Amino acid sequence: MVEEKRKEIGLEILEKSPTGIKGLDDITGGGLPQARPTLLCGSAGSGKTLMALEFLVRGAVLFNEPGVYMAFEETEQELIRNAASLGFDLKKLIAEEKLAIDSVHIERSEIEETGEYDLEGLFIRLNQAIEQVSAKRVVLDTLEALFSGFSNTGILRAELRRLFRWLKNKGVTAIITGEQGESALTRHGLEEYVSDCVILLEHVKRNHIYTRRLRIVKYRGTKHETNDFPFLIDEDGISILPITSLTLDHTVSNERISSGVVALDEMLGGAGFYRGSSILVSGTAGTGKTSLCGHMTEAACRRGEKVLYFSFEESSKQIMRNLGSIGLHLEQWQKKGLLQFRAERVSLYGLEAHLTSMHKLINSFKPAVVILDPINAYLSNDDELEAKTMIVRLIDYIKSSHITGFFTTLTSAASVEQTTDINISSLMDSWLLLRGIEENGERNRGLYVLKSRGIANSNQIREFLITSQGVELKEVYLGSTGILTGSSRMVQELIDQEEEMRLEEKINQLELVLERKQKAMQTQIELSEMQMKADEIEIKVKIDELKRQYQRINLRRQDVQASRTKKGHK
Amino acid sequence: MNGNTKNSSEDEVWILKLYVAGQSPKSVTAFRNLKKICEEHLEGKYQIKIIDLLENPQLGKGDQILAIPTLIRQLPEPVKKIIGDLSNTERVLVGLDLQPAKKGAFDG
Repeated sequence: MVEEKRKEIGLEILEKSPTGIKGLDDITGGGLPQARPTLLCGSAGSGKTLMALEFLVRGAVLFNEPGVYMAFEETEQELIRNAASLGFDLKKLIAEEKLAIDSVHIERSEIEETGEYDLEGLFIRLNQAIEQVSAKRVVLDTLEALFSGFSNTGILRAELRRLFRWLKNKGVTAIITGEQGESALTRHGLEEYVSDCVILLEHVKRNHIYTRRLRIVKYRGTKHETNDFPFLIDEDGISILPITSLTLDHTVSNERISSGVVALDEMLGGAGFYRGSSILVSGTAGTGKTSLCGHMTEAACRRGEKVLYFSFEESSKQIMRNLGSIGLHLEQWQKKGLLQFRAERVSLYGLEAHLTSMHKLINSFKPAVVILDPINAYLSNDDELEAKTMIVRLIDYIKSSHITGFFTTLTSAASVEQTTDINISSLMDSWLLLRGIEENGERNRGLYVLKSRGIANSNQIREFLITSQGVELKEVYLGSTGILTGSSRMVQELIDQEEEMRLEEKINQLELVLERKQKAMQTQIELSEMQMKADEIEIKVKIDELKRQYQRINLRRQDVQASRTKKGHK
Repeated sequence: MNGNTKNSSEDEVWILKLYVAGQSPKSVTAFRNLKKICEEHLEGKYQIKIIDLLENPQLGKGDQILAIPTLIRQLPEPVKKIIGDLSNTERVLVGLDLQPAKKGAFDG
C-alpha cells in the first residue's frame, strides 16, 4: 500500500534481493537491499558464514544470480566441507560457474609495512572473481580480518569506505560479515560504512541451552520486524522462525468438525468446533486433558484426516496405552499413516530448535489437526516471556495454515482457573475448562465451555467422566452448595429415583382401583342387561298371552252375534 | 662488505616480485626505491619481476596480494612479503633480511 503510494508520487523504492533463506525474506519484507551492502554481524559461531553462504547458494540456484565468496578466514576446501553439512554442493556450483570462491589469507607476521599502500589488490581480485561468473551477489567474510593484517588503520578505513562505494557501483548485492564487538555491533565499527541494512546474529546461552537468534538492527526505507527471531541451522540450511504474518487475515471456514465426544459437540451448538480454529483445553493435573486430545485425534482420523500429535510429557507408547484403556485405539491410525506422534521433552534442545523442527514437521506432514499436549511444557525451561511469544507465534502459524489446533494447558491448582499461564486465550477460538470439583471427600471432574467464538455454546457445566468407553459428559445436579457431582450426584439421583418409584407405585395402585371399579361396573351392566333381557322375554310372553286372550274373546263375541241374527230372521 | 652472515653465499640469486596496479604513483615510487636498494645491497645477484595486476588480475590470488604495491622475496627462502611504496629503507632491509643484524656483527 505504502509502496504503491510511493510509486504513484514517483519516489524511488528500495529494490530487494530475495535471499531464499526460509523466513528471512518474510521478516525483511522481501530480502536484502538490492545492489547494496548488508552488514551481517555476530559473535564467533553465531552462524554468519553459513547464512552468507546460503545467501549465495540460494541466489545461484533459485534466482539465477551467481555469487562470489571472498573468505578471509577459511580456505576453499573448508568452505566446501562446511557447506556440505548444510546440503550445499559448492563444487558443482563452481563447476557450473555460478559461484567463485577466493580465499584470502592474511598473516600479519609475514608482512612488513614500508610506507604508503592501498588495497587495490583486493579490489582487483574481487573484480576478477565477479567478472569470472558475472556475479550479482558478493559475500566478504569476515572483512574485519583486514584489521589484523594491516596496522595502518588510517589507510584501512579509507580503503573500506572506498570498497563499499565500489560495491555499490558494481551493482552487486553484498553481505559483509563482522565480528561482534563488546560495546559496538562490530569490533572495528564496520557499521559506520553500511547504512542500508544491518542484521545481528546471536548465539546465547540460557539455562544451559544455546539458542540462535537474529535481529534486524536497521533496514533503511523498509518496514521490518524488530523482534528477535530464533533460527535453526540444520541439514536443510537455515530456517528463521516463525513465518508469521503481521496481519489478521486468516481465511475462515464455516465447516464444523466433531470433537469426538458427542455430548461435547452438543454443548457446542450440536456440531462441534469450526475447522481451522484454535481450541484450548485448560485444567489442573488429571482432569482429562489428554483424554480429550485422544477423542479429537480419533475423530479426525476416522474422518480420514491427518493428525500431528506433539506430546511433551509422555511418550507416544504411553499415550496410546493410556488412551487404549478408555477405548481409543490410536495404533491403527498410526499404522495407516494418518497419525504421527512427536514425543520429546522441550528441554532436549533449545526452544527455537524445538519450535523450528515443529514448523518443519507441520510443513512436511500437512496435518488437518495439530495437537500440542501441553503447551506450558515450554514455560518450565526457558525465559517465560520468550516462551510466550514463541507459543503465540506457533499458534498463529498453525492458525494461518488453516490447521485446527488443539492445545492443552496445565493450570496449577492454586492459580485462578480462568487465567491461562501464557495468556494466550485471546488467540483461542474455543476454550474448554476442565476443573476438579471437590466435595464429600472425593474429587470429580467438571467441564464447561468458557468461550467458543461464533458458536452458540452451552453455558452449563457438565460432569466429565472417563470410562472404558471413552469420555462421557453427564448433566450435573444443582444443589444448594453448587453443582453436585460424583457420589453426591449419585445420592441425589437415588433420592430422585425413589421418589419416582413411589409415585409410580401410587399411580399403578390407583390405576388398578380404577380398573377394578370399571370392571365391577361392567359386570353390573352385564347383569342388568341379562335381567333386562329376562324381564323382556317374560313381559313379551305375557303380552302374547294377553293378545291371544283378547283374540279368543273377540272370536267368541262374533259367534254369539251370528247365532242371534239367525234366530230373529225366522 | 656488509658483514651479512646469513646471506653470504656468493652465487645466491635473489628473485623479487613487485606487484603493482598500473602506473600509479605509489607503484612507480616503489619500483624506484626497490631498484635503489638492490643496487646498493645486492648488486649483480638480483632479479626484479614486475607484475601488473591490471593486466594479469588472476595472478593476485597465488601470492595472496591485497595491498598494492607488494614486494615478494621469492628466493632465497623463506618467502617474505613487504607492502608499501618501500620509502622506509630501513624497514625494507629488515623485511628482506638484508640489514646487517647487530647480533651477527658482535658474533663476527
